[in-house]
Amino acid sequence: MSDRITSEVVAKVARLSRLDLDDAELAAATAQLGDMLDHFADIDALDLSSVEPMTQPFALVNVMRDDVEQPTLDRDEVLLAAPDPVDGRFGVPPILGIEP
Amino acid sequence: MSAAPWMHEGFEMVVGLEVHVELATATKLFSGSPNRFGDEPNTNIDPVTLGLPGALPVLNRQAVELAMRIGLALGCTVQECVFARKNYFYPDMPKAYQISQYDRPLNVDGRLDLPDGSSVGVERAHLEEDTGKSTHIGGSGRIHGSEGSLIDFNRAGVPLVEIVSRPDISSPDQARLYAAELRAILVAVGASDARMEEGSMRVDANVSVRRPGEPLGTRCEIKNVNSVRSLGRAIDYEARRQVALITAGESIRQETRHWDEADGRTHTLRTKEDADDYRYFPEPDLVPVCPDAAWIDAVRASLPPLPAQRRQQLAEATGQAIDGEAVMTIVERGQDAYVHAVIAAGGAGERAVIHVKEAFAEAGIDPALPAATLASLIAMETGGQLTATQAKTVLADLIAQPNGDPVAIAAERGFEAMASDELEAMVDAAIAADPDAWEKFCAGEGKAMGALVGHVMKASRGQADGKVVTALLQARRPT
Amino acid sequence: MTAGQIRPIANSVRSGAARAVDVLNGYLARIDAREAEINAFNLVLHDEARERAEVIDAEVAAGRDPGVLAGVPIALKDNMCTRGVPTTCSSKILQDWRPPYDATVVQRLAAAGAVIVGKTNLDEFAMGSSTENSAFGPTRNPLDVTRVPGGSSGGSAAAVAAGFAAGSLGSDTGGSIRQPAALCGVVGVKPTYGTVSRLGLVAFASSLDQIGPFTTDVADAALLLEAIAGHDPGDSTSIPKPFPSLEPSLTRGVEGLRIGRITDLPGGADADVQARVDAAFDALAAAGATIVDVTIPAFTYGLTAYYLIAPAEASSNLARYDGVRYGMRVAAADTNAMYSATRSAGFGPEVRRRIMLGTYALSAGYYDAYYGKALKVRRLMAHDFDAAYADVDVVLTPASPSVAFPFGSKTSDPLAMYLCDTYTIPSNLTGHPAMSVPFGTGADGLPVGVQVLAPALGEATMFAVAAELERAAGAAQ
Ligand SMILES: [Mg+2]
Ligand SMILES: [Zn+2]
Repeated sequence: MSDRITSEVVAKVARLSRLDLDDAELAAATAQLGDMLDHFADIDALDLSSVEPMTQPFALVNVMRDDVEQPTLDRDEVLLAAPDPVDGRFGVPPILGIEP
Repeated sequence: MSAAPWMHEGFEMVVGLEVHVELATATKLFSGSPNRFGDEPNTNIDPVTLGLPGALPVLNRQAVELAMRIGLALGCTVQECVFARKNYFYPDMPKAYQISQYDRPLNVDGRLDLPDGSSVGVERAHLEEDTGKSTHIGGSGRIHGSEGSLIDFNRAGVPLVEIVSRPDISSPDQARLYAAELRAILVAVGASDARMEEGSMRVDANVSVRRPGEPLGTRCEIKNVNSVRSLGRAIDYEARRQVALITAGESIRQETRHWDEADGRTHTLRTKEDADDYRYFPEPDLVPVCPDAAWIDAVRASLPPLPAQRRQQLAEATGQAIDGEAVMTIVERGQDAYVHAVIAAGGAGERAVIHVKEAFAEAGIDPALPAATLASLIAMETGGQLTATQAKTVLADLIAQPNGDPVAIAAERGFEAMASDELEAMVDAAIAADPDAWEKFCAGEGKAMGALVGHVMKASRGQADGKVVTALLQARRPT
Repeated sequence: MTAGQIRPIANSVRSGAARAVDVLNGYLARIDAREAEINAFNLVLHDEARERAEVIDAEVAAGRDPGVLAGVPIALKDNMCTRGVPTTCSSKILQDWRPPYDATVVQRLAAAGAVIVGKTNLDEFAMGSSTENSAFGPTRNPLDVTRVPGGSSGGSAAAVAAGFAAGSLGSDTGGSIRQPAALCGVVGVKPTYGTVSRLGLVAFASSLDQIGPFTTDVADAALLLEAIAGHDPGDSTSIPKPFPSLEPSLTRGVEGLRIGRITDLPGGADADVQARVDAAFDALAAAGATIVDVTIPAFTYGLTAYYLIAPAEASSNLARYDGVRYGMRVAAADTNAMYSATRSAGFGPEVRRRIMLGTYALSAGYYDAYYGKALKVRRLMAHDFDAAYADVDVVLTPASPSVAFPFGSKTSDPLAMYLCDTYTIPSNLTGHPAMSVPFGTGADGLPVGVQVLAPALGEATMFAVAAELERAAGAAQ
């Protein structure tokens, strides 16, 4: 796993994660992640070329349900937990520059 | 004949389309909330739809089947597939990831043959969930300058199939044909109502330009195209914009652009500088779908005839051109089965196709008039008892009263067929009255016939059948 | 406390010999006396529990059977959804959140007649091995309040050890049931992945998370596990099979069983702990089992695979805490700023660290080197165990490398804390069942847990071995 992680990469990761890091936090996170990744380099020694990735413990397939309506949640109960309920909807501040 | 190639200042366009279509299921892709358009905001919600902590998705079998129908109709290989999480933050995306398919989609490697004889490759058609809807309040109502947004999650989790074409499209006309043909297929197989205006079918276009033979240029993705017509306009505008930039010595920036119907332009929505990093990984809360041969065969066997095949059958039964307007329109409206029924009841196909196309445009795709009644009406028309104009009038009356009798209605309207000897006399009188026209007609001047027919029509006060008159005139012409 | 509590309570409540309300009052009295010191709970449900106990008593009085857990006070880890009752995951970001639905396990406990006494403390979002990462303060080990109870289900382990509940539920993603069970001297079980529904368990790492019981003895663990196990169509990874009765296992003994000793087990266990594990092998051999040496070459790579896979899944699972629909929001000028402000203030340092680690492991250019490789190591681990289980019925290891450690001794070094999970992680990667059984004491008289590992759906054999260890430990006292 080659080069040690840089603060630029950590800053990008924080951005993708929607976490704010000030300069001190960025430096600390870079050092900490670097140490961890050094430790995790132990698996670099393994020859994994012919190994299939395993994403789940059991090979279940075709788990599906019928296309039948189920009870819905009560809107008022749900909106009670919302930070900014407006007219039956969830309010958010302006959406800028993050069109998916 | 394929669509005319698009060329501009020595550049050709290369276009691929990504079509998202909402499936016509009763419930959402991963939960039992209704999949229903137009309900009160946030009423079709449940823990899965809202991405509540602890909620788990369970796959809707009917959505898988409809997606398989689409894949099979497009000639795709249906394969074992896995769901993946596409991670990104956006307020209408409840979990901050979309459950989609990534490296193992359900349908791959298909093809869509277009009525103009060309064909467009289909790279994949995969299942995924829709997002909620944001309404921007204050300001311009658009994202920029708004005071905030309100989110309705009714649409979140609605099943979508995303159909990705290969970049095989080379003109706005071809793009329109592709979208129209795809729409017809989606409706025919019952997968979706595929209404672009309502957003149940959404088309994004990847557009680039190049000089013939050169490698692919930088592409821009065009969003917010809300009709088949705008699709052609948007692609044409975008390709010209790119050609103008290149010929001015500038380069194309890879970006997402928004089609503005009002000003007929595309505008930058966002650039791809901060490259998307969706961190796809296999969805651990769902297990793979492995359609076996028996399941695939059963779905294939349940597919109805597709639009192309139906056009072929209708053209053969009616003698019309396969890509003629009548055949295209009637198959698109789904009225071809009715035309076949009229023919089976004894009506001439060539008249049936015209009457259905013209008389049932507004009367719904499923004519209430018994096919046998229309067949009788057509028989009266071809038998000379009614002129084409009279038949049209009687048909309009029958649409208003589907249980009516065409013979009775014709009688009520006073549409008596002219006795043939009476008509023959009128034809002879017309020839005598306008020898000049007769001479020209005999010499092969087609226009002269109009004058002679006109004389007969006038004498019969419109009761004569123009086609019969023409036939009588032809018969009198010396060979 | 080694005698079982669940069976006697349920039996006497069902027969009318005892009232559920009186049983509950005994537990609530212990909570009132010691909870301020232990902090096992985020929330004690005094009133709700009393009402529930009264309903149970009324049912018995009316001649109905409330179920196999009739009147049994149970504590729930505060990452399981309880309708209308705060479910916080010990995080500020969910501090006031009340779920509009019950987790499947909560429904099953109710159907069996259990009484929920409270929601227990945990490492925030179950990320930790000491319960020091709770936003609401650490839980103290009832056996020595200067020490941690383990984690992340430290509150659930401590609640049972302190007699605040007859049993409790925890969740185990990398050892979060077994390690605190070991440190608190109680029984803790991580069942086969897919045995207990995850619906309503707030996800940490979806392909690793399992719910399981804490109890004071093996028989109680069997009963509580049977009550919550079984297929749930609401969890697509739930195994579509009925869960077998564990009753026969409790008296089966270990005659003829082959017990695996891993010869290439990673080092790091303290000598006092290792001594107890050695004694466990001896006890089983004395009871008629055969000890067989096996190798699990991938065992040593488990930690790396786990600390890439679990944070990767977590980074995605925890992205939903964005301040839009529920939970905390920190106001900001635009949505993007609101996301970052909310998440930075709402999540504690360990959660933020793991989100970043997981995001990195999945991000463009690093996926193959980290997450992708870890998935392959996961496969190797499964292969190695499958090979071992061709020769043995179960495997024995320490549950934790050490006995309960003092507060603050590992908090400055995340990696040191991660090493607590060395012996428990492989079972989460493979999905196999494993449990920790108290087997005597080590340094400072603190309990040592021996871990019994079994192949998928091998709970029956695992419980037979656990019951034998329990008998041997009891006989030694
Ligand atoms: Mg407390
Ligand atoms: Zn899509």
